[in-house]
Amino acid sequence: MSGGYIAQQIVNGLVLGSMYALVAIGFSMIYGIIRLINFAHGDIVMIGAFVTLGLFQTLGIPFPVVALAVLTAGGIIGIMIERGTFRPIRGAPQVTGFIASLGISIMLQNLGVMFLTAQPRNFSFPDYLQRVIKIGAVTFRTIDAVIMISAFCLMALLMFLVHRTKLGMAMRATAENIDMARLMGININRTILSAFAMGSALAGIAGLMWGGKFGQIDPLLGFVPGLKSFVAAVIGGVGSIPGAILGGYILGLSEVLFVGLLPPVYSAFRDAFVFVTLILILLILPNGIFGKRIEDRP
Amino acid sequence: MPTLEKPKKRDMLKIDDIHVYRGRTYVLQGVSLEVGRREIVALIGANGAGKTTLLRTISGLLRPKKGKILFQPDSQSQEIDISGASPEQIVQLGISHCPEGRGIFSRLSVLENLMIGAYLRKNRNEILDDYNSICRVFPILKEREDQAAGSLSGGEQEMLAIGRALMSRPELLILDEPSLGLGPIVVESLFQVLSEINSRGVTILLVEQNAIMALDLAHRAYVLETGRVVLYGTSGELAGNEDVQKAYLGGIV
Ligand SMILES: Nc1ncnc2c1ncn2[C@@H]1O[C@H](COP(=O)(O)OP(=O)(O)OP(=O)(O)O)[C@@H](O)[C@H]1O
Ligand SMILES: [Mg+2]
Repeated sequence: MSGGYIAQQIVNGLVLGSMYALVAIGFSMIYGIIRLINFAHGDIVMIGAFVTLGLFQTLGIPFPVVALAVLTAGGIIGIMIERGTFRPIRGAPQVTGFIASLGISIMLQNLGVMFLTAQPRNFSFPDYLQRVIKIGAVTFRTIDAVIMISAFCLMALLMFLVHRTKLGMAMRATAENIDMARLMGININRTILSAFAMGSALAGIAGLMWGGKFGQIDPLLGFVPGLKSFVAAVIGGVGSIPGAILGGYILGLSEVLFVGLLPPVYSAFRDAFVFVTLILILLILPNGIFGKRIEDRP
Repeated sequence: MPTLEKPKKRDMLKIDDIHVYRGRTYVLQGVSLEVGRREIVALIGANGAGKTTLLRTISGLLRPKKGKILFQPDSQSQEIDISGASPEQIVQLGISHCPEGRGIFSRLSVLENLMIGAYLRKNRNEILDDYNSICRVFPILKEREDQAAGSLSGGEQEMLAIGRALMSRPELLILDEPSLGLGPIVVESLFQVLSEINSRGVTILLVEQNAIMALDLAHRAYVLETGRVVLYGTSGELAGNEDVQKAYLGGIV
């Protein structure tokens, strides 16, 4: 196995990992702030993919504008989900939230099938995004570079928002102790909504990337990125944003290397491998890599 | 010759017959209490009497089923019934709640904890002034400002919690057992600080298990038992009361 081959696999893993990381961040932010595992989070990836398809391929709107629109659309969906479902049930037992999010997930998938049909659609980006770039032994397409770089920039922007702005400080305080945050005068409805908006915007843009990477989309596509990003968030320590990022890259890289480095007969076990990784990491680090023991709120 | 007008002594906080439930438990069964402007009022009572419940109701975390909580931020303004207001509105009006168990944000830095205390304030210079004066009172907070607040010792965390509560520039500071878990020397200096804060014009309502120290510091005190005020008066009166001595002062005065 040559060094070039391994370098190629690493690039592939980083591309996949970027997408997992972007989605995992939302899982972690939402869990961190209201202790909710949002099962509908993966379906926002699907919505992002279809919005991209509609705006970019059908209407021919320029790519950067589409990217912004998809971020916005993801954010708006997140806001609608929070306002419509999770705010009314806030304070209810955790399991109520799980069931509600499962309900939204199923609803979004079914609405997708209803209006868009279950038929997979081709998602072909124009040539300038598909151009093959060759650096040494490593080849990748423009879209791969776009995915890696824009994911990095978005994550940097998010870290800045969370750690260097007043809103971010209020979000972190809310995540740690809702009652205390209120006593500081923080409007927790706003901080919770912001966490949903930011997390969902990133899931939306991950949908654009997912479509660009795999070339085909359908209304049920959210399941795989949703599940794997959830695993990534747990690996990193759910609730921690750096943990989600690290978990996403670990998962993306190890998944690609597993398929790429082992004999082809094993590649069908790719998803099983993901869960074995999860179990192994949790056996050693029960709270994930960056997990602080987050106690359940009464 | 102009005579100095003596400020009319009007109550800053007037709690009028509040009834509060926690879940199905009927905790406060008609509590009335007044805190005068610039006063230090202590609230003592056994475990489970409802002291924390009372403070959480004042700051808006709990809502009374019945009764009024009237607050008058300064002697010029109108009295406002805050019993239906949200905690955000209540801090904005000038009540700062330093809770039982301190409630510092352990993952935020010491500096962030202090700054978040000033969350609703806009004037950066004033905020900075207050920050500096709090650091003069508690120099350790300045030394540790970049450290995660969770890494502070219990006493330091209490200082941080009080400093944070002061960062909103409150008219009324309510404190829930600030001495809990602290050694006698730290408690002594903490009470010294509270007295200083009060002499700078902040009204204080203090819940304490340590009744001796509380009565020593406060001008007046209330005794709460199973959700009712059973006794109140000046600290001297209460310290001299036989029942209080037996129940809260361990028989020694
Ligand atoms: N979340 C809750 N749900 C139901 N009952 C509660 C809740 N919190 C407190 N209580 C009950 O309310 C009563 C008063 O509690 P509270 O915390 O106000 O007492 P306290 O006077 O502050 O006691 P301590 O001195 O131990 O802090 C207790 O009987 C307690 O069991
Ligand atoms: Mg208490």
